[in-house]
Amino acid sequence: MSLAVRVRKFPFWSYVWFILGVLYFVLPLLATFEFSLTLERDKIGFKAYEKAFADPDFLETFGYSVFLATMTIIVSIILIVPTAYWIRLRLPEARRIVEFITLLPFVIPAIILVFGLIRVYSSPVNVPFTEITLVEPLTNFKFGTNLLIIGGYMVLGLPYMYRSVDTGMRTVDVRTLTEAAQSLGANWYVIIARVILPNIRTALLSGSLLTFAIVVGEVVLASFLGINAFGPYLFLLGQHRAYEPAALTFTTFLLTWAAMGIIQLITGGQEQVAGAH
Amino acid sequence: MTQTALPVSKMHVPRARLRNWIGVIPFFLFAILFIFLPSVRLFVGSFTNPEGQFTLENVAELFSQDYIRSSYLLSIQISAVTALGGGIFGFLLAYSVTVGGLPKSLRSALVTFSGVASNFAGVPLAFAFVATLGRTGFITTVLKDVFDFNIYDHGFNLYSFLGLSLTYMYFQFPLMVLIMAPALDGLKKEWREAAENLGANTMQYWMRIALPILLPSILGAMILLFGNSFGAYATAYALTGGRLPIITIQIGAQVRGDVLHNPNLGNAMAMGMVFIMAMSLAGYSWLQGKTERWLR
Repeated sequence: MSLAVRVRKFPFWSYVWFILGVLYFVLPLLATFEFSLTLERDKIGFKAYEKAFADPDFLETFGYSVFLATMTIIVSIILIVPTAYWIRLRLPEARRIVEFITLLPFVIPAIILVFGLIRVYSSPVNVPFTEITLVEPLTNFKFGTNLLIIGGYMVLGLPYMYRSVDTGMRTVDVRTLTEAAQSLGANWYVIIARVILPNIRTALLSGSLLTFAIVVGEVVLASFLGINAFGPYLFLLGQHRAYEPAALTFTTFLLTWAAMGIIQLITGGQEQVAGAH
Repeated sequence: MTQTALPVSKMHVPRARLRNWIGVIPFFLFAILFIFLPSVRLFVGSFTNPEGQFTLENVAELFSQDYIRSSYLLSIQISAVTALGGGIFGFLLAYSVTVGGLPKSLRSALVTFSGVASNFAGVPLAFAFVATLGRTGFITTVLKDVFDFNIYDHGFNLYSFLGLSLTYMYFQFPLMVLIMAPALDGLKKEWREAAENLGANTMQYWMRIALPILLPSILGAMILLFGNSFGAYATAYALTGGRLPIITIQIGAQVRGDVLHNPNLGNAMAMGMVFIMAMSLAGYSWLQGKTERWLR
Protein backbone atom coordinates (compact mmCIF):
# COMPACT_ATOMS: atom_id res chain seq x y z
CA MET A 1 0.00 0.00 0.00
CA SER A 2 2.61 2.51 1.08
CA LEU A 3 4.71 1.47 -1.89
CA ALA A 4 1.79 2.10 -4.21
CA VAL A 5 1.46 5.57 -2.69
CA ARG A 6 5.11 6.35 -3.11
CA VAL A 7 5.37 5.23 -6.72
CA ARG A 8 2.95 7.81 -8.05
CA LYS A 9 2.14 7.74 -11.70
CA PHE A 10 3.37 10.47 -13.98
CA PRO A 11 1.58 13.69 -12.89
CA PHE A 12 -0.15 14.19 -16.21
CA TRP A 13 -2.72 16.79 -15.14
CA SER A 14 -0.16 18.78 -13.19
CA TYR A 15 1.87 19.13 -16.36
CA VAL A 16 -1.22 20.13 -18.29
CA TRP A 17 -2.04 22.96 -15.86
CA PHE A 18 1.56 24.02 -15.69
CA ILE A 19 1.96 24.19 -19.46
CA LEU A 20 -1.31 26.10 -19.82
CA GLY A 21 -0.08 28.54 -17.19
CA VAL A 22 3.23 28.99 -18.95
CA LEU A 23 1.41 29.64 -22.23
CA TYR A 24 -0.78 32.28 -20.59
CA PHE A 25 2.31 33.93 -19.14
CA VAL A 26 4.47 33.75 -22.20
CA LEU A 27 2.24 34.24 -25.22
CA PRO A 28 1.41 37.94 -24.60
CA LEU A 29 5.09 38.67 -24.01
CA LEU A 30 6.15 36.71 -27.04
CA ALA A 31 3.52 38.46 -29.12
CA THR A 32 4.64 41.88 -27.91
CA PHE A 33 8.27 41.06 -28.50
CA GLU A 34 7.64 39.63 -31.95
CA PHE A 35 5.57 42.66 -32.90
CA SER A 36 8.18 45.10 -31.62
CA LEU A 37 10.79 43.55 -33.92
CA THR A 38 8.84 44.13 -37.11
CA LEU A 39 8.98 47.89 -37.48
CA GLU A 40 10.83 47.62 -40.76
CA ARG A 41 9.03 45.81 -43.51
CA ASP A 42 10.26 42.27 -44.15
CA LYS A 43 13.03 42.62 -41.65
CA ILE A 44 13.47 41.58 -38.06
CA GLY A 45 15.36 44.09 -36.00
CA PHE A 46 15.55 46.31 -32.96
CA LYS A 47 14.70 49.49 -34.86
CA ALA A 48 11.60 50.10 -32.71
CA TYR A 49 13.75 50.00 -29.59
CA GLU A 50 16.28 52.38 -31.12
CA LYS A 51 13.55 54.82 -32.04
CA ALA A 52 11.76 54.52 -28.72
CA PHE A 53 14.88 55.03 -26.63
CA ALA A 54 16.10 57.91 -28.79
CA ASP A 55 12.92 59.92 -28.26
CA PRO A 56 13.85 62.82 -25.95
CA ASP A 57 10.36 62.66 -24.44
CA PHE A 58 10.99 59.08 -23.43
CA LEU A 59 14.23 59.99 -21.72
CA GLU A 60 12.62 62.89 -19.95
CA THR A 61 9.51 61.09 -18.75
CA PHE A 62 11.30 57.89 -17.82
CA GLY A 63 13.94 59.85 -15.97
CA TYR A 64 11.21 61.71 -14.16
CA SER A 65 9.49 58.47 -13.15
CA VAL A 66 12.77 57.11 -11.85
CA PHE A 67 13.21 60.33 -9.89
CA LEU A 68 9.70 60.04 -8.41
CA ALA A 69 10.28 56.38 -7.57
CA THR A 70 13.56 57.20 -5.84
CA MET A 71 12.02 60.01 -3.82
CA THR A 72 9.09 57.79 -2.87
CA ILE A 73 11.42 55.05 -1.69
CA ILE A 74 13.66 57.40 0.30
CA VAL A 75 10.82 59.20 2.05
CA SER A 76 9.00 55.90 2.69
CA ILE A 77 12.08 54.46 4.37
CA ILE A 78 12.60 57.58 6.45
CA LEU A 79 8.98 57.44 7.56
CA ILE A 80 8.41 53.72 7.98
CA VAL A 81 11.66 52.42 9.47
CA PRO A 82 11.56 54.59 12.63
CA THR A 83 7.82 53.97 12.97
CA ALA A 84 8.08 50.19 12.72
CA TYR A 85 11.14 50.27 14.98
CA TRP A 86 9.44 52.38 17.59
CA ILE A 87 6.38 50.15 17.60
CA ARG A 88 8.46 47.03 18.08
CA LEU A 89 10.48 48.58 20.85
CA ARG A 90 8.31 50.96 22.79
CA LEU A 91 4.77 51.05 21.54
CA PRO A 92 3.40 47.58 20.85
CA GLU A 93 -0.09 48.85 21.60
CA ALA A 94 0.05 50.92 18.41
CA ARG A 95 0.71 47.87 16.27
CA ARG A 96 -2.90 47.05 15.46
CA ILE A 97 -3.88 50.54 14.40
CA VAL A 98 -0.73 51.06 12.34
CA GLU A 99 -1.12 47.70 10.63
CA PHE A 100 -4.71 48.57 9.92
CA ILE A 101 -3.62 51.83 8.28
CA THR A 102 -1.04 50.04 6.16
CA LEU A 103 -3.82 47.86 4.78
CA LEU A 104 -6.05 50.78 3.83
CA PRO A 105 -4.43 51.25 0.41
CA PHE A 106 -5.91 47.88 -0.53
CA VAL A 107 -9.35 49.33 0.08
CA ILE A 108 -8.71 52.64 -1.64
CA PRO A 109 -7.86 52.08 -5.32
CA ALA A 110 -5.53 54.54 -7.03
CA ILE A 111 -8.37 56.20 -8.89
CA ILE A 112 -10.21 56.93 -5.63
CA LEU A 113 -7.02 58.09 -3.94
CA VAL A 114 -6.25 60.61 -6.67
CA PHE A 115 -9.88 61.72 -6.70
CA GLY A 116 -9.73 62.44 -2.97
CA LEU A 117 -6.34 64.12 -3.19
CA ILE A 118 -7.56 66.44 -5.92
CA ARG A 119 -10.73 67.24 -3.98
CA VAL A 120 -8.77 68.14 -0.85
CA TYR A 121 -5.73 69.87 -2.29
CA SER A 122 -7.25 71.80 -5.18
CA SER A 123 -8.38 74.45 -2.71
CA PRO A 124 -5.98 76.76 -0.89
CA VAL A 125 -5.01 76.10 2.71
CA ASN A 126 -6.23 79.02 4.79
CA VAL A 127 -5.49 80.13 8.29
CA PRO A 128 -8.44 78.60 10.14
CA PHE A 129 -11.61 80.74 10.16
CA THR A 130 -10.10 83.44 7.95
CA GLU A 131 -9.61 84.16 4.27
CA ILE A 132 -5.85 84.46 4.62
CA THR A 133 -4.18 81.95 2.34
CA LEU A 134 -1.28 80.04 3.79
CA VAL A 135 -0.58 77.78 0.84
CA GLU A 136 -1.82 78.04 -2.71
CA PRO A 137 -3.77 75.01 -3.95
CA LEU A 138 -1.16 72.26 -4.20
CA THR A 139 -2.52 71.15 -7.55
CA ASN A 140 -1.63 74.52 -9.08
CA PHE A 141 2.15 74.44 -9.06
CA LYS A 142 4.82 71.92 -9.87
CA PHE A 143 6.27 71.49 -6.42
CA GLY A 144 2.76 70.96 -5.08
CA THR A 145 1.85 68.23 -7.54
CA ASN A 146 5.20 66.57 -6.94
CA LEU A 147 4.43 66.56 -3.25
CA LEU A 148 1.00 65.08 -3.89
CA ILE A 149 2.21 62.36 -6.21
CA ILE A 150 5.07 61.28 -3.97
CA GLY A 151 2.64 61.14 -1.06
CA GLY A 152 0.20 59.18 -3.20
CA TYR A 153 2.90 56.75 -4.32
CA MET A 154 3.94 56.28 -0.72
CA VAL A 155 0.36 55.29 0.03
CA LEU A 156 0.34 52.79 -2.85
CA GLY A 157 3.61 51.25 -1.70
CA LEU A 158 2.80 51.43 2.02
CA PRO A 159 1.47 47.88 2.50
CA TYR A 160 4.53 46.35 0.84
CA MET A 161 7.13 48.60 2.38
CA TYR A 162 5.71 48.31 5.88
CA ARG A 163 5.36 44.54 5.68
CA SER A 164 8.90 44.16 4.35
CA VAL A 165 10.42 46.36 7.04
CA ASP A 166 8.39 44.81 9.84
CA THR A 167 9.27 41.29 8.76
CA GLY A 168 12.91 42.31 8.51
CA MET A 169 12.86 43.65 12.05
CA ARG A 170 11.21 40.53 13.38
CA THR A 171 14.04 38.37 12.09
CA VAL A 172 16.97 40.43 13.45
CA ASP A 173 15.81 41.03 17.04
CA VAL A 174 15.96 44.81 17.14
CA ARG A 175 15.65 44.85 20.92
CA THR A 176 18.96 43.13 21.57
CA LEU A 177 20.67 45.17 18.88
CA THR A 178 19.35 48.36 20.43
CA GLU A 179 20.44 47.42 23.93
CA ALA A 180 23.90 46.47 22.69
CA ALA A 181 24.24 49.76 20.82
CA GLN A 182 22.95 51.76 23.77
CA SER A 183 25.40 50.15 26.14
CA LEU A 184 28.15 51.23 23.77
CA GLY A 185 26.89 54.78 24.03
CA ALA A 186 25.14 55.15 20.68
CA ASN A 187 22.40 57.76 20.31
CA TRP A 188 19.08 57.15 18.52
CA TYR A 189 20.27 58.42 15.18
CA VAL A 190 23.33 56.15 15.25
CA ILE A 191 21.21 53.20 16.34
CA ILE A 192 18.77 53.55 13.49
CA ALA A 193 21.17 54.61 10.74
CA ARG A 194 24.19 52.47 11.58
CA VAL A 195 22.73 49.48 13.41
CA ILE A 196 19.13 48.86 12.40
CA LEU A 197 19.21 49.92 8.74
CA PRO A 198 22.19 47.75 7.73
CA ASN A 199 20.64 44.77 9.47
CA ILE A 200 17.38 44.99 7.59
CA ARG A 201 18.90 45.85 4.21
CA THR A 202 17.42 42.79 2.52
CA ALA A 203 13.94 43.79 3.61
CA LEU A 204 14.58 47.40 2.58
CA LEU A 205 15.83 46.32 -0.82
CA SER A 206 12.83 44.12 -1.52
CA GLY A 207 10.38 46.78 -0.32
CA SER A 208 12.15 49.36 -2.45
CA LEU A 209 12.17 47.22 -5.58
CA LEU A 210 8.49 46.48 -5.20
CA THR A 211 7.76 50.17 -4.78
CA PHE A 212 9.92 50.89 -7.81
CA ALA A 213 7.99 48.37 -9.89
CA ILE A 214 4.69 49.94 -8.83
CA VAL A 215 5.74 53.55 -9.36
CA VAL A 216 7.72 53.49 -12.59
CA GLY A 217 4.86 52.47 -14.87
CA GLU A 218 2.10 54.05 -12.79
CA VAL A 219 -0.40 55.98 -14.86
CA VAL A 220 -3.49 56.86 -12.80
CA LEU A 221 -2.04 59.29 -10.28
CA ALA A 222 0.40 60.73 -12.80
CA SER A 223 -2.15 61.45 -15.50
CA PHE A 224 -4.81 62.91 -13.19
CA LEU A 225 -2.28 65.11 -11.40
CA GLY A 226 -0.94 66.18 -14.78
CA ILE A 227 2.55 64.90 -14.20
CA ASN A 228 4.80 64.19 -17.14
CA ALA A 229 5.78 60.69 -16.11
CA PHE A 230 6.51 57.52 -18.04
CA GLY A 231 3.05 55.96 -17.59
CA PRO A 232 1.08 58.76 -19.26
CA TYR A 233 3.79 59.05 -21.92
CA LEU A 234 3.48 55.38 -22.81
CA PHE A 235 -0.29 55.70 -22.91
CA LEU A 236 -0.18 58.68 -25.26
CA LEU A 237 2.45 57.04 -27.43
CA GLY A 238 0.11 54.10 -27.82
CA GLN A 239 -2.55 56.37 -29.26
CA HIS A 240 -0.57 57.24 -32.37
CA ARG A 241 2.28 54.75 -32.68
CA ALA A 242 2.31 50.97 -32.87
CA TYR A 243 5.83 49.56 -32.66
CA GLU A 244 7.53 51.85 -30.17
CA PRO A 245 4.90 51.24 -27.46
CA ALA A 246 5.35 47.51 -27.98
CA ALA A 247 9.10 47.92 -27.54
CA LEU A 248 8.61 49.95 -24.37
CA THR A 249 6.02 47.48 -23.08
CA PHE A 250 8.49 44.67 -23.44
CA THR A 251 11.16 46.77 -21.74
CA THR A 252 8.80 47.51 -18.85
CA PHE A 253 8.18 43.83 -18.49
CA LEU A 254 11.90 43.13 -18.34
CA LEU A 255 12.27 45.83 -15.68
CA THR A 256 9.49 44.34 -13.56
CA TRP A 257 11.05 40.94 -14.05
CA ALA A 258 14.44 42.20 -12.94
CA ALA A 259 12.95 43.78 -9.82
CA MET A 260 11.02 40.65 -8.86
CA GLY A 261 13.90 38.36 -9.75
CA ILE A 262 16.22 40.26 -7.42
CA ILE A 263 13.64 40.14 -4.62
CA GLN A 264 13.29 36.41 -5.13
CA LEU A 265 17.05 36.00 -5.03
CA ILE A 266 17.74 38.04 -1.91
CA THR A 267 14.83 36.77 0.13
CA GLY A 268 14.99 33.18 -1.01
CA GLY A 269 11.35 33.29 -2.04
CA GLN A 270 10.08 34.20 1.41
CA GLU A 271 8.67 37.54 0.42
CA GLN A 272 5.19 37.65 -0.99
CA VAL A 273 5.44 39.78 -4.08
CA ALA A 274 1.92 40.68 -5.05
CA GLY A 275 0.60 43.99 -6.16
CA ALA A 276 -2.88 45.45 -6.12
CA HIS A 277 -4.25 47.21 -9.13
CA MET B 1 3.41 41.10 20.21
CA THR B 2 2.42 42.70 23.49
CA GLN B 3 4.73 40.37 25.36
CA THR B 4 7.78 42.03 23.80
CA ALA B 5 7.07 45.31 25.61
CA LEU B 6 10.03 46.48 27.63
CA PRO B 7 9.60 45.54 31.28
CA VAL B 8 10.84 49.04 32.06
CA SER B 9 7.87 50.65 30.37
CA LYS B 10 5.58 48.96 32.87
CA MET B 11 7.14 50.94 35.68
CA HIS B 12 6.80 54.27 33.96
CA VAL B 13 3.14 54.91 34.30
CA PRO B 14 0.83 56.66 31.80
CA ARG B 15 2.93 59.75 31.17
CA ALA B 16 5.83 57.81 29.64
CA ARG B 17 3.30 55.73 27.73
CA LEU B 18 1.81 58.87 26.33
CA ARG B 19 5.23 60.25 25.48
CA ASN B 20 5.96 57.09 23.50
CA TRP B 21 3.19 57.99 21.09
CA ILE B 22 5.25 61.00 19.98
CA GLY B 23 7.44 58.54 18.05
CA VAL B 24 4.63 57.59 15.70
CA ILE B 25 3.30 61.12 15.10
CA PRO B 26 5.03 61.52 11.70
CA PHE B 27 3.41 58.33 10.49
CA PHE B 28 -0.04 59.37 11.65
CA LEU B 29 0.46 62.81 10.14
CA PHE B 30 1.26 61.18 6.81
CA ALA B 31 -1.76 58.89 7.11
CA ILE B 32 -4.02 61.84 7.90
CA LEU B 33 -2.76 64.00 5.04
CA PHE B 34 -2.69 61.37 2.32
CA ILE B 35 -5.23 58.74 3.37
CA PHE B 36 -7.75 60.08 5.86
CA LEU B 37 -8.30 63.64 4.64
CA PRO B 38 -8.95 62.52 1.05
CA SER B 39 -11.28 59.71 2.10
CA VAL B 40 -13.11 61.78 4.69
CA ARG B 41 -13.61 64.52 2.12
CA LEU B 42 -15.17 62.06 -0.30
CA PHE B 43 -17.21 60.51 2.50
CA VAL B 44 -18.58 63.80 3.76
CA GLY B 45 -19.20 64.96 0.20
CA SER B 46 -21.31 61.94 -0.57
CA PHE B 47 -23.74 62.94 2.17
CA THR B 48 -23.90 66.62 1.26
CA ASN B 49 -26.26 68.37 -1.14
CA PRO B 50 -25.24 71.34 -3.31
CA GLU B 51 -26.40 73.69 -0.55
CA GLY B 52 -24.04 72.04 1.88
CA GLN B 53 -26.63 70.26 3.99
CA PHE B 54 -26.80 66.62 4.98
CA THR B 55 -28.60 64.38 2.51
CA LEU B 56 -28.97 60.73 1.59
CA GLU B 57 -29.99 61.64 -1.94
CA ASN B 58 -26.57 60.97 -3.50
CA VAL B 59 -26.44 57.50 -2.04
CA ALA B 60 -30.01 56.83 -3.18
CA GLU B 61 -29.12 58.01 -6.66
CA LEU B 62 -26.38 55.40 -6.91
CA PHE B 63 -29.16 52.83 -7.04
CA SER B 64 -31.72 54.78 -9.02
CA GLN B 65 -29.60 56.13 -11.88
CA ASP B 66 -29.21 53.48 -14.57
CA TYR B 67 -25.93 55.00 -15.72
CA ILE B 68 -24.33 54.39 -12.33
CA ARG B 69 -26.08 51.18 -11.39
CA SER B 70 -25.11 49.47 -14.64
CA SER B 71 -21.49 50.56 -14.19
CA TYR B 72 -21.33 49.01 -10.76
CA LEU B 73 -22.97 45.89 -12.12
CA LEU B 74 -20.51 45.63 -15.00
CA SER B 75 -17.57 46.06 -12.63
CA ILE B 76 -18.97 43.46 -10.27
CA GLN B 77 -19.54 41.02 -13.12
CA ILE B 78 -16.03 41.41 -14.53
CA SER B 79 -14.50 41.13 -11.08
CA ALA B 80 -16.57 38.06 -10.22
CA VAL B 81 -15.77 36.32 -13.51
CA THR B 82 -12.04 37.00 -13.29
CA ALA B 83 -11.94 36.14 -9.59
CA LEU B 84 -13.62 32.81 -10.28
CA GLY B 85 -11.66 32.04 -13.44
CA GLY B 86 -8.37 33.29 -12.06
CA GLY B 87 -9.10 31.58 -8.78
CA ILE B 88 -9.75 28.16 -10.29
CA PHE B 89 -6.88 28.31 -12.74
CA GLY B 90 -4.51 29.74 -10.14
CA PHE B 91 -5.50 27.02 -7.71
CA LEU B 92 -4.83 24.29 -10.25
CA LEU B 93 -1.45 25.81 -11.01
CA ALA B 94 -0.56 26.13 -7.34
CA TYR B 95 -1.72 22.53 -6.88
CA SER B 96 0.47 21.31 -9.72
CA VAL B 97 3.68 22.73 -8.24
CA THR B 98 2.98 21.92 -4.58
CA VAL B 99 1.24 18.60 -4.03
CA GLY B 100 0.78 17.83 -7.73
CA GLY B 101 4.11 16.08 -8.11
CA LEU B 102 5.97 18.52 -10.33
CA PRO B 103 9.74 19.03 -9.77
CA LYS B 104 10.77 21.65 -7.19
CA SER B 105 12.56 23.78 -9.78
CA LEU B 106 9.30 24.38 -11.64
CA ARG B 107 7.78 25.70 -8.45
CA SER B 108 10.29 28.48 -7.88
CA ALA B 109 10.07 29.40 -11.56
CA LEU B 110 6.29 29.64 -11.31
CA VAL B 111 6.39 31.67 -8.10
CA THR B 112 8.87 34.16 -9.52
CA PHE B 113 6.87 34.50 -12.69
CA SER B 114 3.68 34.94 -10.69
CA GLY B 115 5.32 37.72 -8.74
CA VAL B 116 6.17 39.47 -11.97
CA ALA B 117 2.82 38.92 -13.67
CA SER B 118 0.75 40.00 -10.69
CA ASN B 119 2.62 43.30 -10.83
CA PHE B 120 2.46 43.62 -14.59
CA ALA B 121 -0.69 45.64 -15.06
CA GLY B 122 -1.92 48.91 -16.47
CA VAL B 123 -0.91 50.32 -19.82
CA PRO B 124 1.83 47.79 -20.68
CA LEU B 125 -0.52 44.89 -19.97
CA ALA B 126 -3.18 46.36 -22.23
CA PHE B 127 -0.64 46.84 -25.02
CA ALA B 128 0.62 43.30 -24.63
CA PHE B 129 -2.88 41.94 -25.06
CA VAL B 130 -3.53 44.10 -28.10
CA ALA B 131 -0.39 42.57 -29.61
CA THR B 132 -1.69 39.11 -28.70
CA LEU B 133 -5.43 39.09 -29.28
CA GLY B 134 -6.05 42.35 -31.11
CA ARG B 135 -7.30 42.35 -34.70
CA THR B 136 -3.79 41.81 -36.03
CA GLY B 137 -2.49 40.22 -32.85
CA PHE B 138 -0.22 37.23 -32.70
CA ILE B 139 -2.78 34.58 -31.75
CA THR B 140 -5.44 36.10 -33.99
CA THR B 141 -3.07 35.91 -36.96
CA VAL B 142 -1.86 32.41 -36.22
CA LEU B 143 -5.42 31.12 -35.90
CA LYS B 144 -6.36 32.83 -39.15
CA ASP B 145 -3.33 31.69 -41.15
CA VAL B 146 -2.95 28.18 -39.83
CA PHE B 147 -6.50 27.13 -39.00
CA ASP B 148 -8.30 29.58 -41.27
CA PHE B 149 -10.34 30.66 -38.26
CA ASN B 150 -10.89 34.37 -37.70
CA ILE B 151 -11.95 34.82 -34.08
CA TYR B 152 -13.21 38.32 -34.86
CA ASP B 153 -15.68 36.81 -37.35
CA HIS B 154 -16.96 34.57 -34.60
CA GLY B 155 -17.95 37.17 -32.10
CA PHE B 156 -14.67 37.67 -30.26
CA ASN B 157 -13.59 41.21 -29.53
CA LEU B 158 -10.67 42.17 -27.31
CA TYR B 159 -12.32 45.47 -26.44
CA SER B 160 -15.30 43.76 -24.83
CA PHE B 161 -16.28 42.08 -21.58
CA LEU B 162 -14.58 38.84 -22.58
CA GLY B 163 -11.46 40.58 -23.84
CA LEU B 164 -11.06 42.68 -20.72
CA SER B 165 -11.65 39.62 -18.54
CA LEU B 166 -8.95 37.66 -20.37
CA THR B 167 -6.60 40.61 -19.87
CA TYR B 168 -7.38 40.89 -16.15
CA MET B 169 -6.76 37.18 -15.80
CA TYR B 170 -3.11 37.90 -16.51
CA PHE B 171 -2.67 39.48 -13.09
CA GLN B 172 -5.45 37.52 -11.37
CA PHE B 173 -4.34 33.92 -11.53
CA PRO B 174 -0.71 34.66 -10.56
CA LEU B 175 -1.99 36.35 -7.40
CA MET B 176 -3.99 33.20 -6.66
CA VAL B 177 -0.84 31.11 -7.13
CA LEU B 178 1.04 33.32 -4.66
CA ILE B 179 -1.67 33.00 -2.03
CA MET B 180 -2.54 29.34 -2.51
CA ALA B 181 0.93 27.79 -2.79
CA PRO B 182 1.72 28.34 0.90
CA ALA B 183 -1.77 27.18 1.90
CA LEU B 184 -1.38 23.97 -0.08
CA ASP B 185 1.96 23.42 1.64
CA GLY B 186 0.03 23.39 4.90
CA LEU B 187 -1.80 20.19 3.98
CA LYS B 188 -0.18 17.58 6.16
CA LYS B 189 1.04 14.32 4.68
CA GLU B 190 -0.42 12.47 7.65
CA TRP B 191 -3.96 13.45 6.69
CA ARG B 192 -3.58 11.88 3.31
CA GLU B 193 -1.93 8.76 4.73
CA ALA B 194 -4.62 8.42 7.35
CA ALA B 195 -7.31 8.76 4.70
CA GLU B 196 -5.63 6.18 2.50
CA ASN B 197 -5.23 3.76 5.37
CA LEU B 198 -8.95 4.02 5.92
CA GLY B 199 -9.47 3.12 2.28
CA ALA B 200 -10.19 6.51 0.76
CA ASN B 201 -9.25 7.08 -2.86
CA THR B 202 -7.79 10.31 -4.20
CA MET B 203 -11.18 11.71 -5.11
CA GLN B 204 -12.57 11.04 -1.64
CA TYR B 205 -9.48 12.51 -0.01
CA TRP B 206 -9.87 15.76 -1.95
CA MET B 207 -13.63 16.07 -1.61
CA ARG B 208 -13.89 15.09 2.03
CA ILE B 209 -10.64 16.32 3.57
CA ALA B 210 -8.37 18.60 1.55
CA LEU B 211 -10.94 20.86 -0.08
CA PRO B 212 -13.03 21.42 3.06
CA ILE B 213 -9.87 22.46 4.90
CA LEU B 214 -8.75 24.71 2.08
CA LEU B 215 -12.18 26.11 1.29
CA PRO B 216 -12.04 29.22 3.49
CA SER B 217 -8.61 29.99 2.14
CA ILE B 218 -9.74 29.49 -1.47
CA LEU B 219 -12.83 31.64 -0.98
CA GLY B 220 -10.82 34.30 0.83
CA ALA B 221 -8.26 34.44 -1.93
CA MET B 222 -11.00 34.72 -4.54
CA ILE B 223 -12.52 37.62 -2.64
CA LEU B 224 -9.12 39.27 -2.69
CA LEU B 225 -8.95 38.72 -6.45
CA PHE B 226 -12.39 40.27 -6.71
CA GLY B 227 -11.20 43.45 -5.04
CA ASN B 228 -8.03 43.36 -7.09
CA SER B 229 -9.87 43.69 -10.39
CA PHE B 230 -12.67 45.82 -8.98
CA GLY B 231 -10.23 48.66 -8.34
CA ALA B 232 -8.41 48.37 -11.66
CA TYR B 233 -8.57 51.41 -13.87
CA ALA B 234 -5.51 51.87 -16.06
CA THR B 235 -5.71 48.48 -17.76
CA ALA B 236 -9.33 48.97 -18.74
CA TYR B 237 -8.80 52.54 -19.84
CA ALA B 238 -5.75 51.74 -21.95
CA LEU B 239 -7.47 48.74 -23.51
CA THR B 240 -10.95 50.03 -24.25
CA GLY B 241 -10.38 53.77 -24.12
CA GLY B 242 -13.40 54.15 -21.86
CA ARG B 243 -15.83 52.33 -24.15
CA LEU B 244 -16.55 49.70 -21.55
CA PRO B 245 -18.20 51.75 -18.78
CA ILE B 246 -16.97 50.00 -15.64
CA ILE B 247 -17.24 51.98 -12.43
CA THR B 248 -13.59 53.06 -12.25
CA ILE B 249 -13.84 54.46 -15.79
CA GLN B 250 -16.95 56.41 -14.81
CA ILE B 251 -15.22 57.79 -11.74
CA GLY B 252 -12.27 58.75 -13.92
CA ALA B 253 -14.60 60.67 -16.20
CA GLN B 254 -16.07 62.37 -13.16
CA VAL B 255 -12.60 63.43 -11.98
CA ARG B 256 -11.62 64.79 -15.41
CA GLY B 257 -14.73 66.88 -15.64
CA ASP B 258 -17.93 66.83 -13.68
CA VAL B 259 -19.88 64.70 -16.18
CA LEU B 260 -22.70 64.08 -13.73
CA HIS B 261 -23.08 67.81 -13.04
CA ASN B 262 -23.11 66.92 -9.39
CA PRO B 263 -19.71 66.65 -7.72
CA ASN B 264 -21.20 65.05 -4.63
CA LEU B 265 -22.75 62.26 -6.65
CA GLY B 266 -19.21 61.59 -7.89
CA ASN B 267 -18.08 61.43 -4.27
CA ALA B 268 -20.83 58.95 -3.49
CA MET B 269 -19.78 56.83 -6.47
CA ALA B 270 -16.24 56.71 -5.11
CA MET B 271 -17.43 55.87 -1.61
CA GLY B 272 -19.58 53.07 -2.97
CA MET B 273 -16.45 51.56 -4.44
CA VAL B 274 -14.50 51.93 -1.21
CA PHE B 275 -17.41 50.27 0.59
CA ILE B 276 -17.34 47.23 -1.71
CA MET B 277 -13.54 47.01 -1.48
CA ALA B 278 -13.69 47.23 2.31
CA MET B 279 -16.31 44.48 2.43
CA SER B 280 -14.15 42.21 0.30
CA LEU B 281 -11.05 42.84 2.41
CA ALA B 282 -13.03 42.17 5.59
CA GLY B 283 -14.37 38.95 4.07
CA TYR B 284 -10.85 37.94 3.12
CA SER B 285 -9.37 38.45 6.56
CA TRP B 286 -12.33 36.73 8.24
CA LEU B 287 -11.93 33.67 6.05
CA GLN B 288 -8.16 33.77 6.43
CA GLY B 289 -8.62 33.54 10.17
CA LYS B 290 -10.78 30.47 9.73
CA THR B 291 -8.10 28.61 7.77
CA GLU B 292 -5.25 29.39 10.11
CA ARG B 293 -6.72 26.97 12.61
CA TRP B 294 -5.83 24.10 10.33
CA LEU B 295 -2.91 25.30 8.26
CA ARG B 296 -0.50 26.21 11.05
